[in-house]
Amino acid sequence: MTNLELQKTANEVRKGIVTSVHSAKAGHPGGSLSAADMFTYLYFEEMNIDPKNPKWEDRDRFVLSKGHTAPGLYSALANRGYFPVEDLKTLRKLGSYLQGHPCMQETPGVDMSSGSLGQGISAAVGMALAAKLDKKDFRVYTLLGDGEIQEGQVWEASMFAGANKLDNLVVIVDNNGLQIDGRVEDVCSVYPIDAKFEAFNFQAINIDGHNFDEIRAAFKKAKETKGKPTAIIMHTVKGKGVSFMEDNAGWHGKAPNDEEYATAMADLDKIAAELEKAGEV
Amino acid sequence: MADVKKIATRESYGNALVACAEDFPELVVLDADLAGATKTGTFKKAYPDRHIDCGIAECNMTGIAAGLATCGKIPFISSFAMFAAGRNFEQVRNSIGYPHLNVKIGATHAGITVGEDGATHQCNEDIALMRTIPGMTVIVPSDDIEAKAAVRAALEMDGPVYLRFGRAAVPVINDNADYKFEIGKGVVLKEGADVSIIATGICVEGAMGAAEMLKADGIDAEVINIHTIKPLDEELVVATAKKTRKVFTVEEHSVIGGLGSAVCDVLSEKDPTKVTKIGVYDRFGESGPAAALVEKYGLDSKGIYAKIKENM
Repeated sequence: MTNLELQKTANEVRKGIVTSVHSAKAGHPGGSLSAADMFTYLYFEEMNIDPKNPKWEDRDRFVLSKGHTAPGLYSALANRGYFPVEDLKTLRKLGSYLQGHPCMQETPGVDMSSGSLGQGISAAVGMALAAKLDKKDFRVYTLLGDGEIQEGQVWEASMFAGANKLDNLVVIVDNNGLQIDGRVEDVCSVYPIDAKFEAFNFQAINIDGHNFDEIRAAFKKAKETKGKPTAIIMHTVKGKGVSFMEDNAGWHGKAPNDEEYATAMADLDKIAAELEKAGEV
Repeated sequence: MADVKKIATRESYGNALVACAEDFPELVVLDADLAGATKTGTFKKAYPDRHIDCGIAECNMTGIAAGLATCGKIPFISSFAMFAAGRNFEQVRNSIGYPHLNVKIGATHAGITVGEDGATHQCNEDIALMRTIPGMTVIVPSDDIEAKAAVRAALEMDGPVYLRFGRAAVPVINDNADYKFEIGKGVVLKEGADVSIIATGICVEGAMGAAEMLKADGIDAEVINIHTIKPLDEELVVATAKKTRKVFTVEEHSVIGGLGSAVCDVLSEKDPTKVTKIGVYDRFGESGPAAALVEKYGLDSKGIYAKIKENM
């Protein structure tokens, strides 16, 4: 896909996030929107997957360690064809297969149940290890929040991944700088993130998480690097794309009301129009 | 009785893993720096490519096992009960229990018979913790033969299983030709009409001894070995309660949440019967030789006998 196509798709993924969270009247839009470009790149460009065969055993795997941003994952999966986009409106509703946090038994395309922070990365490490044990060449991706890396288990998993040279593993940290109680450096600073991963024998790459050239280059470098896992620290804006949600911790876990929803969709429609125009030039 | 063969169930566990390795090619064993103590070292030696040492990081080990299971492996995670069930509770619940992954938890050094290491390592709460997790099978073998059968049965079934093993050598009590292990099926070791003694794990042997002592007093005890705490053999529990109307449960575990509680859960609903729970009474353990602790905590034949007499 071209960058423009990716941008357009990411914008659709964002609309799905806002729509599903609005419909659910609850959920986590901020961190879903900050990672929307990454979800899009993974599912539309990077990963070797087949939406018609979600359990294909040689597929690449993705674990959403920051499971509360399920709306972002669900929207990417729906837009990629795993299930109808219309179903995003059932998010968090009784009887829906779109649970508040990812559930692998319910949702096609979800490779691991997650949501309790710090645990998803360990499962991703286990999958990468399984590939090594069976001499398979599938790759494993996991997305963590920057607040999430305060969990000690993240570093247990990283120590194991580094020590076992799991070069088929990419750990992505969504560094949007905000967690529920405020800025990550104020709550309990996680910085420096890159040097921490390097100390755990990772290759660390810093990128702008909203720039597809940088995302593409980082994954290329990860794939070419042998003998160590890669950590991609992506610098992002929480709530990206929705003007009033951007860089605001208050939108970590809150749904827009009807009026806010209309404003949010207008923001995204405006971006869509701009992207259309850019395509015509 | 001088020549009774004794073996610790953790030893049986390690041996069983080796014995099952060829039949279950997807079996892998994970340790958290305790392969020597949990006796998985024998598996590590025989199948080094199928053994993964995760270092002293049990929670991560649990998550790794979950990830391996999603890719078709059958991981056995191995640690002391205190860490496998205690430290790990939430990882077991959310990363293994909730997705109902095919991970087996081999928990050794359960209960007070850890001995000299003392209270920090004597886990008397693991059965309680594990049986609350939906879909978790909980097995407490009583001896070498049962422990080995339980490992194989756990591998044969799909879904998470918690297996509880001990550190101390215990007598082999199931070496008879009729012995058959079936998950969820209790074993009547001795039929009786006056009282029911329902025991699990290493307390089964003590329960048999207590029954002998009761016999001398003219009390005919029924002894039942419940090796599977969950799913519990409700039919057998109700049947023995109907027969004797006096039920005693015996376990090397807290009386809160373990076998005794599981039995009460069933009987209070299906056939209200007086149940006396024999176990660790809401307290921590302490350092000392295993046998001395078993005696002090009233879990040997004499202690069980005394408690039954007291509550007849």
